[in-house]
Amino acid sequence: MKRSSDFSELATRSGEWMRGTGPESDIVVSSRIRLARNLADFPFIKRCSDEDRVSIERTIRAKMENLSSWDDVHYYDLEQLPEIDRQFLVERQLVSREIAEADGARGVAVSSNEHFSVMVNEEDHLRIQVMHSGLDLLSGWKQINEIDDELEASILYAFHPEFGYLTSCPTNVGTGLRVSVMLHLPALVITRQIDKVFRSMQRINVTVRGLYGEGSQYSGDFYQVSNQITLGRSEMELVELIGADVVPRIIEYERKARNYLLKEGQQDLHDDVSRSLGILGTAKKISSEETMHYLSKVRLGVNLGLIDDLAIGTINKLFMQTQPAHLQKLHGRLLRSSERNVERATYLQRHLSDSFDQ
Amino acid sequence: MKCQYCEKPATFHITEITEPSGSQVMHLCEEHARGFLQKEEANPVASIASALAKQLDLGQTKKDLEELDQKACPVCGISFFEFRNTGRLGCPFDYSHFAADLLPLMTNIHESVEHVGKRPRRSAAADSQALMIQLRREMEEAVEREDYERASEIRDELKRMEQAEEGANES
Repeated sequence: MKRSSDFSELATRSGEWMRGTGPESDIVVSSRIRLARNLADFPFIKRCSDEDRVSIERTIRAKMENLSSWDDVHYYDLEQLPEIDRQFLVERQLVSREIAEADGARGVAVSSNEHFSVMVNEEDHLRIQVMHSGLDLLSGWKQINEIDDELEASILYAFHPEFGYLTSCPTNVGTGLRVSVMLHLPALVITRQIDKVFRSMQRINVTVRGLYGEGSQYSGDFYQVSNQITLGRSEMELVELIGADVVPRIIEYERKARNYLLKEGQQDLHDDVSRSLGILGTAKKISSEETMHYLSKVRLGVNLGLIDDLAIGTINKLFMQTQPAHLQKLHGRLLRSSERNVERATYLQRHLSDSFDQ
Repeated sequence: MKCQYCEKPATFHITEITEPSGSQVMHLCEEHARGFLQKEEANPVASIASALAKQLDLGQTKKDLEELDQKACPVCGISFFEFRNTGRLGCPFDYSHFAADLLPLMTNIHESVEHVGKRPRRSAAADSQALMIQLRREMEEAVEREDYERASEIRDELKRMEQAEEGANES
């Protein structure tokens, strides 16, 4: 593992989970699994002194540096990074907003293909996370289980024979496992069936959250489905609940809604999709919310064959690169909100001009 | 029926148990329901508070709860009141010290309280880990009252224990 503070390489490319190559990637953007772990001989984070946090960060970092299989892993010291860089890591989903905005000794280890990251001193001492493209929870679980084994070989975890892995918040105790699948569900939104889907989720202990919205506002038709329960079921049971039961059902609903739209309202849909692409390709200034709104429609259009020559991976990348910190990193300096809107429009125009010419 | 926050039709009917006195039924449109549910997910304190309120419904008196609030962990010093306010525990030992008090709450959140998943290959001698947490707290307190001699004694003791642990790891 190498210590790093340079983002220039990260900013110009996208993580492997963004490529849009995994199973069901017309609907499933990514599959994420995280494990919460704590050292046995330190208090939980909220009860730590500054000195405790420094010791925990140093201990865990040293253990990770000793892992020979972690040659391509970079470690970022979040206490030293400027706010814009921390925001950049949040947008990339490599760290949580909480750890980005926290104080004190803390950091994150990131594998160079961005398949996994390990946050140190988040709400728990260790938050291990694995991200894959499309619906691919089984290989995600295999990978995170191996990372957990590697770390466990040199770190003594807080564990209780009855309650399992002990976490700062009792909502994570047991497996410490949260499985989250990010779905793009524009057809269920257009056909107003999304609330019906949500309601059926609540009965089976599954949480649904909107993504990419600032504050409580939803945009882009992205939804994250995750397990609520972490104790009393095995990791595989939780992985199967989300990956083999809940998500395939939602995918089926979304497919049906897409087919319905194609059959009953193709002209309207085609019009809507083409206008959206037109706005993205010609606007002179555009907000991030508006960008997501139209990119979502374009993404649907590509998946339904209404737009040619635009890859899902490209659209996923545009979603990422048009967010505030990414724009500023690419531009090479801090930008005011109004400047960002101009820069965002320029960026979109440059990347969509090929498909717009046709 | 209309949403209680706007003119749209209410498609969500959520029963929220927030007060010991009883439950509150909310009628919300899709948009407001999303906002509400998102807030719940982001706020474990709310779910813990509502689980505790259910405990009250199940026969615990206010006096019982006040007594429980005073109870503190001998290792990290956190009181149940502090936990209830933040939704975060202070140290691993809390799960043992407050086990009986946490059980109804964990049953409520998880439906079952028996861990059936992965287990670490190495198990900790929990007593010595708890002692290390306690010593760290005592060291900090010694520094605060400027008793540097005691603080340095504890530091040496901790170092010795850490080395013993490292030795056990390598063997």
